[in-house]
Amino acid sequence: MNRIKSLADLKKLQSEVQSKIKLRENGDNPENLIQIKVSMATCGIASGAKDTMNYLIEELDHQGIDAIVTQTGCMGYCYAEPTIELTIPGRQPVVYGFVNKTKALEIIEKHIKLNEMVNGIIPVAYSTIDNH
Amino acid sequence: MAEYNMHILVCGGTGCKASQSEQIKTNFTDRLNEYGLSDEIQVILTGCFGFCEKGPIVKILPDNTFYTQVSPEDVAEIVDEHVIKGRKVERLLYKDPETKETVGDSKGMDFYKKQIRIALRNCGFINPENIEEYIGRDGYAALGTCLSEKTPDEVIRTIKESGLRGRGGGGFPTGLKWEITSKSVSEQKYVVCNADEGDPGAFMDRSILEGDPHSVLEAMAICGYCIGADKGLVYIRAEYPLAIERLKIAINQARDYGLLGNDILGTGFNFDVEIRYGAGAFVCGEETALIHSMEGKRGEPTVKPPFPAEKGYNGKPTNVNNVETFANIPVIINKGAAWFASIGTEKSKGTKVFALAGKINNVGLIEVPMGITLREIIYDIGGGIKDGREFKAVQTGGPSGGCLTKSFLDTPIDYDNLVAAGSMMGSGGMIVLDDSDCMVAIAKFYLEFTLDESCGKCTPCRIGNKRLHEILEKITDGNGELEDLNRLRMLSTVIKDTSLCGLGQTSPNPVLSTLDNFYNEYQAHVTSHKCLAGQCKALMHYSIDAERCTGCTLCFRNCPVGAISGEKRAPHYIDQSLCIKCGVCLVKCKFDAVLIA
Repeated sequence: MNRIKSLADLKKLQSEVQSKIKLRENGDNPENLIQIKVSMATCGIASGAKDTMNYLIEELDHQGIDAIVTQTGCMGYCYAEPTIELTIPGRQPVVYGFVNKTKALEIIEKHIKLNEMVNGIIPVAYSTIDNH
Repeated sequence: MAEYNMHILVCGGTGCKASQSEQIKTNFTDRLNEYGLSDEIQVILTGCFGFCEKGPIVKILPDNTFYTQVSPEDVAEIVDEHVIKGRKVERLLYKDPETKETVGDSKGMDFYKKQIRIALRNCGFINPENIEEYIGRDGYAALGTCLSEKTPDEVIRTIKESGLRGRGGGGFPTGLKWEITSKSVSEQKYVVCNADEGDPGAFMDRSILEGDPHSVLEAMAICGYCIGADKGLVYIRAEYPLAIERLKIAINQARDYGLLGNDILGTGFNFDVEIRYGAGAFVCGEETALIHSMEGKRGEPTVKPPFPAEKGYNGKPTNVNNVETFANIPVIINKGAAWFASIGTEKSKGTKVFALAGKINNVGLIEVPMGITLREIIYDIGGGIKDGREFKAVQTGGPSGGCLTKSFLDTPIDYDNLVAAGSMMGSGGMIVLDDSDCMVAIAKFYLEFTLDESCGKCTPCRIGNKRLHEILEKITDGNGELEDLNRLRMLSTVIKDTSLCGLGQTSPNPVLSTLDNFYNEYQAHVTSHKCLAGQCKALMHYSIDAERCTGCTLCFRNCPVGAISGEKRAPHYIDQSLCIKCGVCLVKCKFDAVLIA
């Protein structure tokens, strides 16, 4: 990676990253990938988030479904760990709580493959700095 | 592939479940079946919407209609009117309490959302181990703007105007702290991030460092620019291995990208960050003790002044801020002081992150605007008290704080109101207690913590707290007398007035606060030797009701110490001298014959 040498450089990189994310979200891109974020703070890992993440990666790979599984920080839903956020290209992200292996499989079989939602969605209960 | 064209989301949070939301879901499914629509419309049970006061909540997608206080009987009308005819059911829409207007479309509207995420803006959103994701979310833009377009004085003015106050607990104005440090004259200055989060039940700082470490690094660099420091230190407890690992990754990435190190963004500004580990001593969260610990000395506090802003790390001017305080800085620069100051109360601006724990349904990490009430936090965001029990109090501020009772449920939460109510903001631990918690035992628990954590340097804290604890133990063991309550109060006041640092000056707070608010419980312990909450084992008394006992021998067979005797089919008897009050007999008895007093 080249060093960022000026504010203009930084802004350029920022817009590059943003357009990459936008492409992924809108799905008008050949890579058109399903994205799953697993909440992996210490507490999430203690509740089994690592197992969930490994299972998701293996099962999606096993079934030949192209998806990006990444880790992220605490989503704040301690009562419902492990939590994941699933984004199907072109759709609003959806957060699921209590995602153990059984739930993960149900999400793959129903939500990812059939586009049906599954019980256990956690509605976004906060506003962000972008819309406040 | 089946494609639903409408989704009905029914809240399945604990609060809404208690008001029949599962029945609502069943009714929806049945009604849709009658119309033959179950292939086109899917009914989903969701987690908590965070608006429990108006529950049960039903949200309809894709038109984002938000129905409140729905009953199972309302389902037919919603299906017939809304789903079939496309007409919203007006009477179930949320009515704005001020304008009396109904709000039907929740899209883009956050009227029901009580939380605003500023410090937690990226937590759970970006991959903390990827700097580009942070940059994509305006990351390091604030640093770039400051270095290229603003003078240090301008930045400090912005922070002052924003009204940001220290989130570590004390609430000292951050801009003022920066200004004082910037005015200290020295060749070498330091920026220190206090990540020694030690309150029991608090994990705000850990979550920020684990979820968004770059926001802290960026803010430290901005602070360095303002006060004239080229070196930053993060003092973090070694018990946070994941936070440390992610912080290390973040520092290395920022160095690779030229956002830390020499000549940042071609502006000639140098700044680098190092990590220092704490061994988990609570007192090291106090800034002078923290600085001594970083210098390799014993983690003991010293008298202020001199303040770290004049003489800190290695005797040089040092600016110490807490993790959450730093996490707010980049947003204030990007969105402006006026925006930040528009959130919160007159004297406390912005938001506060709380770790919500204890006897509450939605245990979680929440970020709420200052000025929100305890009632909103507990009953809306928190989803109410577990098992439908009664709210008793909230403990805020950890071992230095106090309890807020029912009478404070509607007090807007900010620094000054909490202090006026006999507690404090603290770093943000919020432990909810219900009617089964004994307040004397709670005070004893926190005192045990301070007792362990007292560094022993000054006498009032070292010996005074020990004596306080002994008195509390005497009371919970059932040997207390009325005079002990006066002794507690007097000793507490002396410890507060004479201790060297914040730890000792605040350690009696849990005792004083419970004495003030729950004097009747203390009284019951010492006069009638009763624990009203049934928590203090020594004060409990198990007995068997001879009328109800059928002599089934179940208690006899399960008693671990053989304290129960009796013939088959004849009433049994508990030998009080042997009973260890474990409660097994109470749980095992099928005839409610075991009595507890």
